[in-house]
Amino acid sequence: MTSSWTAGQPLIRMRDVHKKFGAATVIDGISIDVMKGEVICIIGPSGAGKSTLLRCINALVPIDSGSIVVAGQEVNDPMLDKLKLRRKVGMVFQQYNLFPHRTALANIMMAPLHVLKRDRVDVEAEARALMRKVRLDGKEHSYPGELSGGQQQRVAIARSLALQPAAMLFDEVTAALDPETVKEVLVTIRELAEDGMTCVIVTHEMGFAREVADQIYFTDRGVVVEHGPPAEFFTNCRDERTRQFLSQIL
Amino acid sequence: MISHLPVLKPFRLPSTAHDFPLSPFTAGHGVLLFVALVLSICVGEAQAGPGTPSILATILRWTPLLAQGFALNIAMSFLAMAIGTVLGLALGLGLIAVTRPVRAISWLITQFFRNAPWLVLLFYCILLMPFEVRIGGTIVPLPGWAKSTAGLALPVMANVAELVRGAVQSIPSSQWEAAEALAFARLQTLRLVILPQCLKRMTPPWMNLYAIVVVATPLTSIVGVSEAMTLTGDILSAEARPELLVPMYLYLLTWFFIYCYPIARATAALERRFQVS
Repeated sequence: MTSSWTAGQPLIRMRDVHKKFGAATVIDGISIDVMKGEVICIIGPSGAGKSTLLRCINALVPIDSGSIVVAGQEVNDPMLDKLKLRRKVGMVFQQYNLFPHRTALANIMMAPLHVLKRDRVDVEAEARALMRKVRLDGKEHSYPGELSGGQQQRVAIARSLALQPAAMLFDEVTAALDPETVKEVLVTIRELAEDGMTCVIVTHEMGFAREVADQIYFTDRGVVVEHGPPAEFFTNCRDERTRQFLSQIL
Repeated sequence: MISHLPVLKPFRLPSTAHDFPLSPFTAGHGVLLFVALVLSICVGEAQAGPGTPSILATILRWTPLLAQGFALNIAMSFLAMAIGTVLGLALGLGLIAVTRPVRAISWLITQFFRNAPWLVLLFYCILLMPFEVRIGGTIVPLPGWAKSTAGLALPVMANVAELVRGAVQSIPSSQWEAAEALAFARLQTLRLVILPQCLKRMTPPWMNLYAIVVVATPLTSIVGVSEAMTLTGDILSAEARPELLVPMYLYLLTWFFIYCYPIARATAALERRFQVS
């Protein structure tokens, strides 16, 4: 069931989401609102909860109960039009997941060509513009195997942007990179955020979260323990668990 | 006496002699075969009575006919492989289908034709298929070799289906996830992302299968097809010389070896190359 979405409502609205894998409860009642243009960072101890939450937003993983509404489209609907949903929400993975048998440019062009069925000339021009945007012009005809980790991740970001989504999900995208290349990817994401893209970022990079986020959510054992704007969150956190987590990493 | 304990013996790695453990096509085998052929010709010459033409001359005289028969073997192997591959691709996709009934039926078909002896399948095809087929107004005769080719295509289909299933399942699930996140439908993902990556990994075992099919084509002589094996038997009964028996069959074996050995080598080279990627 799709209702129209107006600017006052949250772009992504999660209400009391529950998800179990077998006997293990991974998400235990999470409610988060993301307004258009907002950047949300989700931090927390390692465990499947944060990544699973992202995968629930674009219906890669079905939820057990609760509701997720993305731009008026209910994700927990059995009659969900998955393709329509995924055109609105792009996702970037920790392991880049580029298609190794196609060039960087082809990777970016594939979705608009085959999913949106757009004209090849237009798609190619836009793909080249996207590569320029992520500062990889010159690498159009390189295969993923010939690119460094940071370059591959930027191609992955460009590939998700090609469908012109309303929101982007980032699943620990710098976790598999070495420290020098982490920066180039974070700069790319920050530029996206500054351009007004709605972002939900799962990250361990606290400095980056403090710099770029509008809201920070700390999750532990499947629940949101605390959330707030970065200034308040990092200096005046209320919950003991949050304090413990921050003291270990900062 | 404790020196028999394994831990006290000098350590030696087990020898890795062959690149492809199941294949009879190594250079060593070729040399042995050639030596056996030469020996048998010499023995045959010694046994031959005075005034009869030499073994070597006889073999060379019948070579053109043998070549014709061998050409039929190759043609049957090509056709069986081509038909079997196309059908096998479809069956392989059925093995990974989303709906359970399709998967179950595909699994049954694959298991049946993979585990049936090829000769039995050949007999079924020869006996069950009609000797001519009426299509529209025309009558198309089905010669023995065509029915045998169909019989050989069936195990090829089942083996290719297993190849396809194995290759598709070896592609990491992260590729499927990435394609799903980009709003690709399942068939699109298969066509654009998964199957192109599978082709490389399917090629060496597919070539191996072809070599096995070539070596299986003499089975068709039992169901009456006039290929190299049948013709060899005909030549021997025409010549009626016992000393020709061993050299002639070794000669036939050499033909098959010369055809299959380069395929085996190419397969091993491809396997090594793809190992690195």
